[in-house]
Amino acid sequence: MSNPKTLAFAIMDPPFESARSTTFFRLLEIAAGRGYNLNVFAYEGGVHLSFEQQKAHGNGVHGTDVETEHHPLPKIWVGEIIATAKKNGGAVNWVNCGLCADERGIDKVVEGVRRGGPADFWKLAAASDNSLVIGTR
Amino acid sequence: MSSFMLISSRDPFECGDTENFYRLAVDLKTGGSDVTLFLVQNGVLPARDGAENLALRQVVHSGVRVVADEFSLRERAVGRSELADGIAAVSLERVVDALAAGAKTIWH
Repeated sequence: MSNPKTLAFAIMDPPFESARSTTFFRLLEIAAGRGYNLNVFAYEGGVHLSFEQQKAHGNGVHGTDVETEHHPLPKIWVGEIIATAKKNGGAVNWVNCGLCADERGIDKVVEGVRRGGPADFWKLAAASDNSLVIGTR
Repeated sequence: MSSFMLISSRDPFECGDTENFYRLAVDLKTGGSDVTLFLVQNGVLPARDGAENLALRQVVHSGVRVVADEFSLRERAVGRSELADGIAAVSLERVVDALAAGAKTIWH
């Protein structure tokens, strides 16, 4: 793509709690498939999305093992979004709020995610063609 | 003309503030802007014919483009034929299109 768009997103929802994080990933997947550049600022609970130590599990109530349960892990989706964007000529600049990560003990994240601060969202938005803030309330 | 993409993710029956968001859409349209109200997640529930949400009907009648995320509809077993007049099922791609085109995009 000769002149790809750059879009910024802010997300504060953790995984496994709200449909907002699912819709957020759906938006990223579409944009990454188009080869857009993506600037992501994850803050508050949103820093959990890229937490490297997420683990799949079985479900004793349903009697399923890990393989059968095939539990979705957002950390994998983060990696796939980054890979999809790269494959299509785009790039993902994913910033986790460092304060938010420290508060929650999020000290290990997947490759391609870096630490930053709230001012980074302003920088990311200023460097983008458009922005979407997915607010929790 | 300014363009707005308003994303409504909440059912007005669970969040009273949703109807204020609908009114924002109407006010922007009345002011001369091009406005799309995109219903997603539980926000698609009042799009059902029979939900009889007066505030959403007023949005449709105001000339605001009202669309519902087809994925969210499928998740909630709402068929296209069950949508109220003036509301179309569309892909989430519509939101990315709006962002790429520079529309002011607001999430509620």
